[in-house]
Parts: sequence; C-alpha cells; structure tokens
Amino acid sequence: MAVKRRIKGGEIPTSSMADIAFLLLIFFLVTTTIDMDKGLGIILPAEGQEMEIKKKNILNCLINSSGQVLLGGDPTPVSEINKVVRRKIKENDKLIISVKAHNKTPYKSYVSVIDQLKMANATRISIADSE
Amino acid sequence: MAFNRKTQLDTEIPTASMPDIIFMLLIFFMVTTVLREYSGLPIELPRAKRIEKLKSKRHTSHIWVSKDGLISIEDKLYDVASVRHVMYEKRVSDPQLTVSLKADESAKMKLISGLHVELRKADALKLNYSTKTAVD
Repeated sequence: MAVKRRIKGGEIPTSSMADIAFLLLIFFLVTTTIDMDKGLGIILPAEGQEMEIKKKNILNCLINSSGQVLLGGDPTPVSEINKVVRRKIKENDKLIISVKAHNKTPYKSYVSVIDQLKMANATRISIADSE
Repeated sequence: MAFNRKTQLDTEIPTASMPDIIFMLLIFFMVTTVLREYSGLPIELPRAKRIEKLKSKRHTSHIWVSKDGLISIEDKLYDVASVRHVMYEKRVSDPQLTVSLKADESAKMKLISGLHVELRKADALKLNYSTKTAVD
C-alpha cells in the first residue's frame, strides 16, 4: 500500500511579504532618531590671533560666581542684557562684547548670557579666560 | 431600456507592487538611520532661546562635561590637558568638524574655559554649546 503524499507545489507564500516588510519598516521608523543637535553656535578665535582693540569699542560683561552680571560697570539683570546691548550696538556698531566669567560661575548662567547676546544680534562676542 | 455598460472598470487597487514600495521605504529608513554611537555622561543641559541646529551629524563631535567635572569624548574619560590631542586628531581627519559641547548646567566655568583654551590649541574652532529649547 502506497502512502499518498498530500504535498502539492513548492512555492513560498508571498502574500505575507508586505506584512513582514511593513513590520521592518515600522521598526526602523521608530528607531530613527530625528532629534537634531541644537545649541548656541560660537566660533573661537584661532590661537595667537590676539589683537589690540580700542577701549571705547569694548563692552565688558563680567559674570560673578552667583551668576550676577556687571555689564560695562553697571549691575544688570540677565534678562535686561538683551536690551542694553542692543542699544549700545546701535550707538557703536564696532562694539565687541567681552564676556568674562568667574571660575566658579555655573555654566547655566554663562549660557544664558550668551543667549541674551545672541538675542541682541551681537556678532562680535569675545570670550575671555575665566578667573 | 437598461443601459448596458461596456466598460467594466476594475476597481481594485493593484497590490502586487506593494512589497516593492514598502521595501523601498524600508531601505530609505535603513540608510538614513544613525544609531546612537555613544552614550555620554548623565547631564542636564542648560536652556536657551536663540538656538541653531547643527548642520550635519557626520561632522559633529561631542564632548560631555558632567557637573562633577568629568570630561568624556566617545565614552572615554579624559582630563582637560589631553582633550587637545584627541580633538586635534579629529580636526585633522575632518576639517569641517564642529564640536558640540554637552555640558551640565551646573558645570563650573573654570573647566569650560579650560576646554576653550584646549580647543583653540587643537584648532577646533567651531563650537556649539548644546542646549535645550527654553519655553517662555
């Protein structure tokens, strides 16, 4: 007595192919991180490029260890820097803002000062070594 | 008299090319996916308003600075003085290099300032202070 084989053709089922591809697609869609790095861009001066600048073209911006700011000799709240700098740049477009922070100043205060200067459209920002 | 429609429109959407389309999308996402390479240090980024996006991930190198003063580049810890050599190597292999500084908001300026000096010496001048978007 011969055993009857029930197996017919030998084709791979392709109907579920789209589903499998979809699943892979969704996996890559989910794992793709589109979160771009963002932040405050700044260009450091090249080594040995120090130059002399007239005193009237410099606006000193000092930050103390508790984050308080002395802008050109006057204590200024951080949120006001934007307006003050904007006004001073209007008076003198060659103005360079020199930011100098205390050694113990938290990075947060420094970033918010740089942010304020960016808001005032100050392009000439100089970063002095902290003391 | 009943109208006898001659055009027997096939109303089904052809699904035969569906896997091809899906595969194409899949390949697109596979190619554009950049898996996160380095985990960095646990930090709380400061917030700022006037932020700009970094143009290319391929030309970006990250420096992590934790609040305890640890410096990590590509998951290796360095001290301030050796940052110069690491960044110089990177700068030579990629002239378009932008350094993204991911520093904790309570990191001290002494360290950041030291990094500025090192980066200047390494000629890696394009710097970006990584921040989160501030909400008004």
